[in-house]
Amino acid sequence: MDAKDILGLPKTPLPIAQEKKSRPHKDSQRKPDGISREVYALTGGVAPLMPSIDVSQLKRRPPSDEKITWQWLPFTSSARKDNLQLYHWVRVVNGVPPTGDYSFAKYNKSVDVIRYTDEEYAKYLTDPKWTKEETDQLFDLCERFDLRFIIIADRFPTPRTVEELKDRYYSASRAILVARAPSPGEVAGHPLVKEPYNVTHEIERKRALSMVLSQTKHQERKDAEVLAEAKRIAESRMAARAAEEPDLPVPSDIGPESAERAVGPGDTISPSNVQVHAAAAAPSTSVIADNSSTLASLRMLKVYLRTYALEQMVQAASSSAGLRTIKRVEQTLQDLGINLKPKVPTKAVCAEHLELRKEILTLLNLQKQLQYKEAEGSSFRDGSYGDMPGTAKRSQRAVDQDRTFVPDTISFGVIPGDRGVKREQKRKGPGRASETPSSPAGAHKRPRKMKASDL
Amino acid sequence: MGKSDDTEKKKKIKDVEISVPVVYGNAAFWLGKKASEYQSHKWTVYVRGATNEDLSVVVKRVVFQLHSSFNNPTRVVESAPFELSESGWGEFEIAITLFFHNDVCEKPLNLYHHLKLYPEDESGPMSTKKPVVVESYDEVVFTEPSESFLARVQNHPAVTFPRLPAGFTLPPPAPVEDENKRKRGDTKDHPLNQWFLNFSEADELLQLAAARQQVQAHIAKLRRQICLTDGQNQQFKPI
Repeated sequence: MDAKDILGLPKTPLPIAQEKKSRPHKDSQRKPDGISREVYALTGGVAPLMPSIDVSQLKRRPPSDEKITWQWLPFTSSARKDNLQLYHWVRVVNGVPPTGDYSFAKYNKSVDVIRYTDEEYAKYLTDPKWTKEETDQLFDLCERFDLRFIIIADRFPTPRTVEELKDRYYSASRAILVARAPSPGEVAGHPLVKEPYNVTHEIERKRALSMVLSQTKHQERKDAEVLAEAKRIAESRMAARAAEEPDLPVPSDIGPESAERAVGPGDTISPSNVQVHAAAAAPSTSVIADNSSTLASLRMLKVYLRTYALEQMVQAASSSAGLRTIKRVEQTLQDLGINLKPKVPTKAVCAEHLELRKEILTLLNLQKQLQYKEAEGSSFRDGSYGDMPGTAKRSQRAVDQDRTFVPDTISFGVIPGDRGVKREQKRKGPGRASETPSSPAGAHKRPRKMKASDL
Repeated sequence: MGKSDDTEKKKKIKDVEISVPVVYGNAAFWLGKKASEYQSHKWTVYVRGATNEDLSVVVKRVVFQLHSSFNNPTRVVESAPFELSESGWGEFEIAITLFFHNDVCEKPLNLYHHLKLYPEDESGPMSTKKPVVVESYDEVVFTEPSESFLARVQNHPAVTFPRLPAGFTLPPPAPVEDENKRKRGDTKDHPLNQWFLNFSEADELLQLAAARQQVQAHIAKLRRQICLTDGQNQQFKPI
């Protein structure tokens, strides 16, 4: 406290309490008079930054030296064609009523609808789909309703779509304009001439709009997904194309899955191989794109470490695999007695290592494939296509088997040649039906004459 | 050196990579009786050619970045053998930056080594005679070597020379410098030489080949099983 005294800081507890007390007091005070609190809250509860009403103007002004009276006087409007006499209050200054047209007459705008003569019609406007009578009616309505085509379509005696009416009107007007113009150049700037009405386009556009408008939320989401997917594929294709452009100098033993093992000028073959691969389906495109883009980026580096290059290649190769799969690859490598990172990373060693990893990936994929097929098979064999409650449980269990089935059933003996058909205790679910002597638990609980073991 | 010479030297060759196998790491001796609290070990961190050849044909200098608690933690070594000796008590990561000659590569390359002083087997006795040695093997790859670089290192044992495109000839190498001067840069007679580890790619290749064989056999077996299961499933498939 003394320190605060010395520094001259206010003693905090009291002022805060005081602030707190004064603030709610101020808040309720802040509600302005003149408008209700709710209305005030609409503006955000804060006074506007600029006063909308000039306060100085609000004061009562002393009466000026002019004499002002208000009189009920007749008036005419140039906007009216019928000479109707109307009356209104008029501000009379010093006994002199105001002159001039009715102040709102200037707002009476209308469209300049071109009217053609009969000769002109015969010369330029004949159309198999339209009679002269119809066209006349159309133009009448257009003039009457200021080109409000929805109303015109409504009022039109014979049923015509809005697009048809528009088409007829605009093409007819255009034809007349062009015909009347002394030279084509003069009319070229006219909007009707410059941008003619395109019926088919309009119909299509309106149809598309209504489709978009009537899309359900579900549809919207699906569309967004498809677009995102398309974007991704387009981008990966661009990456693949960009990566193929520069010459790939890396000798093929670290290259993509090309069979060629030639070194040196034979590398002209590997780019074309890459291109052939890239022409294939999208998923493989992305894998090859990964590989060749990795190679391209390595080449950009000028200098790099072999271990770094291997890491990049490994990442590219396992880009499509999930984290669990990658862990399984590493587990398999360890089981085989191979270092996750080679101790002597020469070119040859790195290449072999990479190939080994890819082969293990293939192996794991095949294992999974086999599992699914066997699950399918066992559910088929139980005749579980449908109605028994027990069946649902069985197929469920088959699926559970899949999930708990740890695929490292085949152990790799460190001694090469021991192809371990050993069943390790690691697995939780039962083994494959074709190999196990005991039938898988649950799947054949139903009393059956034939058991898998009998086969 | 005329301008045309320069451009000639800078000419790069595509589709050719040249690599330099290196080994980097440290050897640490326990000081035994002479050890104090802050100086319990004497260690040397180094970068050497994998076959103990002289790296200065490629490397201009090496910078070792030590822990900030050391005086002048940035140590620059301008000539082979590229090593640095110090004494201390702690293990930490050392950043080793290799700077190459101008015609080799303008960008430096970083290596990272974790200094190891204490043996893996903590229970074993520490010896002042036998150092703790940890080494890592790696290869420095140059992607677009210039002609002059290739010409210069043509027959140098420190460098793994690539097979050149057919019909390609290099100018003869510049006359080799003083033999004695060159000899000193290699680590064949280095005092620590007896502790250097051996890195043989042959063993690893063998291991990898064996592993691949196993995996391939397994793959073939799985493929057969899949075919079989497919066949079996066909019979029982609901219509």
